Amino acid sequence: MSPREPRPTVPVTIDGQEVMAVEDETILSLARRVGVDIPTLCYLEGLSVYGGCRLCVVEVNGDARLKLACATPVWADMEVRTDTWDLREHRRRIIELLFAEGSHICATCVSNGACELQDLAATNRVDHIHYDLGFAPNLPLEPVDASHPRYVLDRDRCVRCSRCVRVCAEVEGAAVWEIAERGGNSRLVAEMDVPWGEASSCTSCGKCVLVCPTGALSFKGSAIGEMRHDPEVVAFLARAREEEEWLDRSAGSGSASEVRS
Amino acid sequence: MTTDRLRLATVWLGGCSGCHMSFLDLDEWLFELAARADVVFSPLADAKGFPEDVDLTLVEGAIANSDNLELAHTLRARSRVVVSFGDCAVTGNVTSLRNRLGEPATMLERVYVEQPDLDGQLPVEVVPTLLPQVRPLHEAITVDVYLPGCPPSADRIRRALVHLLDALEAGTEIPDLEWRGPDDLRFG
Repeated sequence: MSPREPRPTVPVTIDGQEVMAVEDETILSLARRVGVDIPTLCYLEGLSVYGGCRLCVVEVNGDARLKLACATPVWADMEVRTDTWDLREHRRRIIELLFAEGSHICATCVSNGACELQDLAATNRVDHIHYDLGFAPNLPLEPVDASHPRYVLDRDRCVRCSRCVRVCAEVEGAAVWEIAERGGNSRLVAEMDVPWGEASSCTSCGKCVLVCPTGALSFKGSAIGEMRHDPEVVAFLARAREEEEWLDRSAGSGSASEVRS
Repeated sequence: MTTDRLRLATVWLGGCSGCHMSFLDLDEWLFELAARADVVFSPLADAKGFPEDVDLTLVEGAIANSDNLELAHTLRARSRVVVSFGDCAVTGNVTSLRNRLGEPATMLERVYVEQPDLDGQLPVEVVPTLLPQVRPLHEAITVDVYLPGCPPSADRIRRALVHLLDALEAGTEIPDLEWRGPDDLRFG
């Protein structure tokens, strides 16, 4: 079939609205096209479908077993409900669990005011967390990885959505990131779990930082007190000009590329 | 002064008092509040102990020490409606950052002995004992209403207070909160 040829359509009911869906499109794609809002977190247009966060769960034909809107294709006469009391409760609990398992303290986060998790809590009416918050001492404290010269990884703020993993592999083609281990122990790792700054496959393109929904990945220098000046570079340049000798500055002290972590 | 005026209290537990500053940011609306309720206990008022028979209590701050815990139990027993006021009360927030340092002794050592340039020593007199973990208010007592924000803006506080005062004057104990939108609920 040529791409210009219209694809067959099927009738679908979504929240009582009867619409024509394009065959094989997902429930999420249909919902967005007809203006039905389904909350998502791991889903990102342009990347492969991961289906990890479970926020986009919907009811299909009243079945108690929920479907993922991002990963379920439509079929003829499908009846989708996206906003029942049960679904709202499910979503709230998922968001609360995400808050509970990390250090999601908005007031001290570099992404405060620009965070999808924070927005999801507000729009899904999460006003407190029912679960034991994850800052208890039995949870491992992940040190911040500031070894990359331009970016910072704070794993305590990571929700394992894998957007960074997918954008790096699928769009940049570098495949630096992977999620290692399972469940509560799962963590984002660069290459074979090396400090990010030592990951030679990283092209420093920054796409992972751009797609991160929380403050887990950020541009270095976004936090208070991170600015590093390098006034000694002038003396180095003056001396190099005078002596007509251009040495590798990183070999000496006070290097501009020295990474402070 | 009539006797049927509402009795309002505000309490400052383990927090920075930023929520109280935001409360003061209500500016001239405080006159309207004063027309409807008496402030019977507050860090902003001169009252020695938490009084009996309070209608509405706003609690700022997390449960961080023995005094916080004791006052939380007292205010719960003496208040009709308790509001978890601001992120420290709701989640632990900034106050809870010390939880990651382990036992309170470790934190005290770091703050009072390792960090100061001069005369590093542990505080031992007058100050209440720190609890092993900073916890949100609702883990210590039953909370009726959550008002997140660091701090909640004055507008957010006003919207909540108007609703709560209306409900209390109408005789409804726990008000319906379905009217709240994302602006009323956002953490941070």
